[in-house]
Amino acid sequence: MVDVTPADAVPPAEVAEMELYHPHSWWTKYVFSQDAKVIAIQYSATATAIGLVALVLSWLMRLQLGFPGTFDFISPEAYYQFITMHGMIMVIYLLTALFLGGFGNYLIPLMVGARDMVFPYVNMLSYWIYLLAVLVLASSFFAPGGPTGAGWTLYPPQAIMTGTPGGQDWGIILMLVSLILFIIGFTMGGLNYVVTVLQARTRGMTLMRLPLTVWGIFTATVMALLAFPALFVACVMMLFDRALGTSFFMPAIVQMGEQLQHGGGSPILFQHLFWFFGHPEVYIVALPAFGIVSDLISTHARKNIFGYRMMVWAIVGIGALSFVVWAHHMYVSGMHPYFGFFFATTTLIIAVPTAIKVYNWVLTLWRGDIHLTVPMLFALAFIVTFVNGGLTGLFLGNVVVDVPLSDTMFVVAHFHMVMGVAPILVIFGAIYHWYPKVTGRMLNEAMGQFHFWVTFLGAYLIFFPMHYIGLMGVPRRYHELTNTTVMTESAHDLNAFISIMAFLVGFAQIVFLFNLIWSIRHGREAGGNPWRATTLEWQTPETPPAHGNFGKELPIVYRWAYDYSVPGAKEDFIPQNMPGSFGTSREPA
Amino acid sequence: MADTTVTHTGQALARPAGLQGVAADWSSDQRAFKNVSWGKAMMWIFLLSDTFVFGCFLLSYMTARMSTRVPWPNPSEVFSLHIGGSDIPLILIAIMTFVLISSSGTMAMAVNFGYRHDRRKTAILMLLTAALGATFVGMQAFEWTKLITEGVRPWGNPWGAAQFGSSFFMITGFHGTHVTFGVIFLIIVARKVWRGDYETGRRGFFTSRRGRYEHVEIMGLYWHFVDLVWVFIFAFFYLW
Repeated sequence: MVDVTPADAVPPAEVAEMELYHPHSWWTKYVFSQDAKVIAIQYSATATAIGLVALVLSWLMRLQLGFPGTFDFISPEAYYQFITMHGMIMVIYLLTALFLGGFGNYLIPLMVGARDMVFPYVNMLSYWIYLLAVLVLASSFFAPGGPTGAGWTLYPPQAIMTGTPGGQDWGIILMLVSLILFIIGFTMGGLNYVVTVLQARTRGMTLMRLPLTVWGIFTATVMALLAFPALFVACVMMLFDRALGTSFFMPAIVQMGEQLQHGGGSPILFQHLFWFFGHPEVYIVALPAFGIVSDLISTHARKNIFGYRMMVWAIVGIGALSFVVWAHHMYVSGMHPYFGFFFATTTLIIAVPTAIKVYNWVLTLWRGDIHLTVPMLFALAFIVTFVNGGLTGLFLGNVVVDVPLSDTMFVVAHFHMVMGVAPILVIFGAIYHWYPKVTGRMLNEAMGQFHFWVTFLGAYLIFFPMHYIGLMGVPRRYHELTNTTVMTESAHDLNAFISIMAFLVGFAQIVFLFNLIWSIRHGREAGGNPWRATTLEWQTPETPPAHGNFGKELPIVYRWAYDYSVPGAKEDFIPQNMPGSFGTSREPA
Repeated sequence: MADTTVTHTGQALARPAGLQGVAADWSSDQRAFKNVSWGKAMMWIFLLSDTFVFGCFLLSYMTARMSTRVPWPNPSEVFSLHIGGSDIPLILIAIMTFVLISSSGTMAMAVNFGYRHDRRKTAILMLLTAALGATFVGMQAFEWTKLITEGVRPWGNPWGAAQFGSSFFMITGFHGTHVTFGVIFLIIVARKVWRGDYETGRRGFFTSRRGRYEHVEIMGLYWHFVDLVWVFIFAFFYLW
């Protein structure tokens, strides 16, 4: 065993230098590129594009909910199609793809000190299959019958029956095929991310010196590789039910007085498969956000992350626990009531590592030299939002509280807070943080501040009233609720208010998109390390990093990622690749 | 060479034995699995993910079988062949299983000869493995044809629960697809071995990377996995 002391002795290289593919033409450099950084941009751009479609769909829903009866073109069928596509796009094609395909591709090789992902060709295929999946999904808007309106969870039997939009047309088929493609594409990328982290780190980079961003993305990818199979199987089986007339999920059904061909299947089986994927999916989105926000807070508060090891084990613990909580989405499904005891217990246990992380973020901020930069504002907003969304999660994790609240707007507000707004805030913060590395220029600060405040406050103005109308009993997934006892006059007013806020926040994103484009040419020159950060991606010889990331020699890592404000050191940050001993680092021995 | 298998440090890694060695590896830099190449690590992790796919398929099939209220067809009768005047249960499946397990043996031998740089024997054994795999798929096609002519469809069959046919075609079809892909890649790798790509350092057509004889072993990992999965399908579908 080689003993590594923080200051000097670094073990010799175990693996010969990676052989890179050097592109010869514009096509292989920017389009069919094998460079993880280009693939990351491609992933991010595609995810953003389809995400904007989902944003417009949410506006259309809010038009209907806020002003029922005003817009004729939003039929009940269209409304269900908007719900379904909005949910599926946001969760899978935007958040998962952006965190793992986008940030994962860009940051993992740079942060672990590798020249690229281990199998760049497979990595490239991953993107193109993802793009194909997105195109198949988008094509369902133009298919006969339109996209599926089964609700984003695609529950059978209604998902594949006549009467459900897209149920007996192309909608559901295209959705299932697109999901299958997405999973195949993701597996190709995911294997790359995992092997790169495990086997392609630079000299001196132990697992316990990895920035938490890498830990978050790594753990989420491992989870995705184990959770997506369940969705894959569910999609294949439902595709057979729809296309071949099998009855995996279809019980005996009488429709319009006629006995259908199906019989003997179990709809609950689909729910189990779906949520065995679906609950880890929540953390597949959340863990990268946890990791990134830890790094943002540490860098912009100029302090080492509090309890680094605890943070790592909390990430791993949350990842493991998230595989045994899935049926808390199914309390009202008709499964055996005793299951509820088990799953409520595991659900509440998962709050422990999550709370550890929140405490550690707060303790990192404690007496820090906090710079209220735009990334830091987003990171702080994330903590607040995540605590809010997490607390309502404790309500819903308990069976007796969940049963009356299930299928109300309270649930919608809860999961938008915890896995919609919170991760998106981190994505924004991360873009403001790493944009200078990607382009060499800073994003405009004034536009950033405007974007932050409108998004942050606006999100609360949207979702706080939604909790309230949910508690009043307003159900979700209803096209129109006029003249019912739960829809009081004030609930109508609140609905209209929520809608207007949703339009405002949505439009504010135009400022952000404009900023992204404007700053490529007009942003302030950033230099290599504008935030004075310690991690390896800021120490590259060129900015933006060239093909191969690190010039002639790979960096050697001498310390952990959090040597900020080390007592006795000259600068308030010590890069990971800086040799020598300075002051008294808080790196765990 | 690109990603390498062995440690070229000039000094042997002194590792403590047992669990301490595992801990030492995981707390070291560069690699968590010492002396495991990128390709091999990737194949193992892929197989773990694929295990979950087959696990979900088999669990779903078991759920369907246990929850249906219509009797399940008796596999011993359904999968019997009429040979020499009597019905022999599971005879075809027994032969198929024997063929597939044998192909694991030839694959293991191919890996051995590969590391000895015996190109001829390696390639022949890989092609033999591919031939056995193709035979397996062929017999599966025969089995499917027989059942289809007897009236088994994904949506129903003459003997009982409709889920019998659905699960059968889905699970054996998915496994057969795995075997077919394996046969294709076995032939590709065998051709590379035969041509001496791994000696001359010829670059891959798509990846433009040089290969090594380890690719035979990685191919073997996949092949043994597909065999192992078949054992579970055999046990849970045909013997239950």
